Amino acid sequence: MDQTLDEVLALAALHFKVPREKLTPDDDFFKTLGIDSLQALDLLTRLEHHFHIELPDYELQGVSDFRTLAARIQARL
Amino acid sequence: MNSYQGQAISWKLSDGVVELELHRQPCNEIGSLTLHELEQFAGVLPALEYEAHALIIHSSVKAGFCAGADLRELYQRSQALDKKEAAKAMRDFVERIHRVMNRLDESPLTTIAAVHGVCFGGGLELALTCDMIIADRMARFCFPELRLGLIPGFGGIPRLKRDLGNAVVRDLLLTGRSFNATKGQQIGLASQLAGEGEVLNAARATAAQMGKFDRATAIAAKRFIKPVPYEELRQEIEIFCELFSQPVVEAALKKFVESEDAQPYLP
Repeated sequence: MDQTLDEVLALAALHFKVPREKLTPDDDFFKTLGIDSLQALDLLTRLEHHFHIELPDYELQGVSDFRTLAARIQARL
Repeated sequence: MNSYQGQAISWKLSDGVVELELHRQPCNEIGSLTLHELEQFAGVLPALEYEAHALIIHSSVKAGFCAGADLRELYQRSQALDKKEAAKAMRDFVERIHRVMNRLDESPLTTIAAVHGVCFGGGLELALTCDMIIADRMARFCFPELRLGLIPGFGGIPRLKRDLGNAVVRDLLLTGRSFNATKGQQIGLASQLAGEGEVLNAARATAAQMGKFDRATAIAAKRFIKPVPYEELRQEIEIFCELFSQPVVEAALKKFVESEDAQPYLP
């Protein structure tokens, strides 16, 4: 789980050009990354490709922090 | 006329290939303006079909190919009219968009949807009129209409059923979930994937290849392989219009339009 969370944070930081050290597991990623819903879907697509999984977006309903996002991904690995 | 520059779409004819570009911000939502310009395009198609062999539909908007119907316009129109007038206006709109979609589907040109980013709802229905979908690896597809208390109304279900297994169609429609381009290729929706930012180049290369073959043969092959499901398309209009008059739709549209939620595109 820790590794998944680290990879989620690293990928988000890289793609949205935010310093990795500014991201923490319990951050609201909409606010921290400054992204809207379409960009969130872009992040979801990148995470699916990175982890080679399919993560239905309804499993992300109400999810806005990296820790829960990583847990949802972990459940599909 | 070899080119046209509209407010929502543009097109140009070059080397036997028509490129229809969608460029309405924020993500090519299909409202009355886009429909009007698509109707104009459909009007000049016979002349273009005489000179060209292929049509590529693509978007120059960063967010994606098309996010679907313009729900804000749809809601505002329904609010400005009484229920009977709103239902009639919706039926008129759907009948018009079906005529355009059918015309694209029937075209003797070999048609390619070059899709990147968001390809949702009416945008996916537009892509499904094409002979093939080439998808950027980062494209994302979805039929979210059930979230609004509706079914796809621009011809999506019959065309999706034409191309995909019914079990997959049910999953996608009944969950309203979005899926990525890799999944889209696995289920047979997209026939080719392109690297990020390369989808238009891939479509152009494909269109050039198609130009090598005898046109009459290509047209005959298309007619044989890709029948237009007119009867089901007509049924879809009736079901859509019936559902549109349900209170749940107005409530769902209101929720979408007035939402300050960061996730209006998520279920």
